[in-house]
Amino acid sequence: MIKRVLATITSSREIALDTIEMNLAIPEFASFSPIAPGQFVHIQIGSGVAHQLRRPISIADVDYEKQQITIIFKVIGTGTEELRKYRVQDQLDLLVPCGNGYPIEKIDSKKALLIGGGIGVPPLYYLAKKLVDKGVEVTSILGFQTKDHVFYEQAFQALGDCHVVTNDGSYGYQGFVTNVIETVQPTFDTFFSCGPTSMLKAVTNSLVDREGYISLEERMGCGVGACYACVIPSPNEKGFKKICQDGPVFLASEVSL
Amino acid sequence: MSQLAIELPGLMLKNPIMPASGCFGFGQEYSKFYDLSQLGAIIIKAATEQARFGNPTPRVAETTAGMLNAIGLQNPGVEKIITEELPRLANYNVPVIANVAGSTIEEYEAVTEALSKSNDIAAIELNISCPNVKQGGVQFGTDPALAAEVTRRVKAMSNVPVYVKLSPNVTNIVMIAKAVEDAGADGLTMINTLTGMQINLNTRRPVLANTIGGLSGPAIKPLAIRMIYQVRQEVSIPIIGMGGISTAEDVLEFLLAGASAVAIGTANFLNPFVCPEVITALPHVLEKYGFASVADAIGKGHEDAKLHLSRT
Repeated sequence: MIKRVLATITSSREIALDTIEMNLAIPEFASFSPIAPGQFVHIQIGSGVAHQLRRPISIADVDYEKQQITIIFKVIGTGTEELRKYRVQDQLDLLVPCGNGYPIEKIDSKKALLIGGGIGVPPLYYLAKKLVDKGVEVTSILGFQTKDHVFYEQAFQALGDCHVVTNDGSYGYQGFVTNVIETVQPTFDTFFSCGPTSMLKAVTNSLVDREGYISLEERMGCGVGACYACVIPSPNEKGFKKICQDGPVFLASEVSL
Repeated sequence: MSQLAIELPGLMLKNPIMPASGCFGFGQEYSKFYDLSQLGAIIIKAATEQARFGNPTPRVAETTAGMLNAIGLQNPGVEKIITEELPRLANYNVPVIANVAGSTIEEYEAVTEALSKSNDIAAIELNISCPNVKQGGVQFGTDPALAAEVTRRVKAMSNVPVYVKLSPNVTNIVMIAKAVEDAGADGLTMINTLTGMQINLNTRRPVLANTIGGLSGPAIKPLAIRMIYQVRQEVSIPIIGMGGISTAEDVLEFLLAGASAVAIGTANFLNPFVCPEVITALPHVLEKYGFASVADAIGKGHEDAKLHLSRT
């Protein structure tokens, strides 16, 4: 169940160019557990007067002992610019946890391929940890714009093979995540991907007959399924899915990108 | 009558607060946050004759103290709304107002006829002002003769009171208000969103896939207040006011301008609890500004006005 809470920022640091990692202490933490990888928080910016819409940010990690979650966001507009100014001990008004995550309990996987692009990488980190906990072997392919945008490479390496690709070739492979899939030819039974829609399209096209899950991003309104702002066409009877409520994680075959 | 209660055609409201159409779906999502029976009423998402998918995404964009939306009347069609959504809402002790949309007068009639067979709605909000569909909607709301015609035809079909939702995208809203009052409207809801647009500096393209959308939120509140104030002076039927309300103080301002009840829209997205919070705060705000009740405050912003004030 989604709740509205005031979380306290316990750390904030720039981990790559315009990319901020924050740890947030969550009150009444036990009532949210367990949080599934792929779920997100919907964050109010300031008093909410200037910024009428919350910002949906993926949960990048959960620390059940410290009762904290980690979020990673990229500064791309006025809302995230405001969000980066928050300091340790400041409070953030959150709706948490939103959406449905990767259904890892139901998935029978031995070898997983994780494919992340840019700010789609963070939710895959918590996913990778959960998969490794389950005994799943994890290979990660992480795409970034340039060397300056790269983050969490070592963190993913600690969990399995990790290949980094930059669009301009300034770090790791040059090109796109799909180029790396072709080059490396990783063995896997299930893929998990999160990133911009153009990347997800390329990934699902190149892995069209493989079982996989994708996590979508879209401009959201309410974040709880009421406003119909973030819909995606689907071959189901209704003809669509709501990204915030039915997703943001979907079986790749469930939605039409 | 209690301090917050107000009676309008077809509507016995325990308080004057209701979520606005399109900002609350059919209530199910927000029923997980609080008991919907707390609300004065619920205006559900627009119904068209057939299911509509709506516009491509992105459908929303934030603006300073506001937002643009171009959802495009996505809904499952009036029959599904009657069979699947209305029965769920009947579990709550709250009047439901159905928002009726269409591309042609015949579609408005068909939706109204279907809804009239349901016992689960207390009133209709006639949506002649949606700016986000290519055909119909807003054009009915910007031409007094068309607005009157669709009001007359829907009134003839409806067995519940009809509130006509007015578009602010007109030169003279009083003229439209008078036209629909003369055509038999039982009340007005105002204002719908203002058409607006935002361009992304990097891509040099409109942010919304639909190019233009409807502006809502606190940014439009002064416009809503002005229009309700003007219409209140010329028209007798009750007004349900809306446009950027997020606090009990905002509600009082709408009452003073001449609204008899209000709807809260965009603010639900920021704070899912905004409606019950405003209901809780309203008695204190009424008392603070010297009013014994909601009824006592309606139209009180007109007392020093030189123009004649119609009865409320």
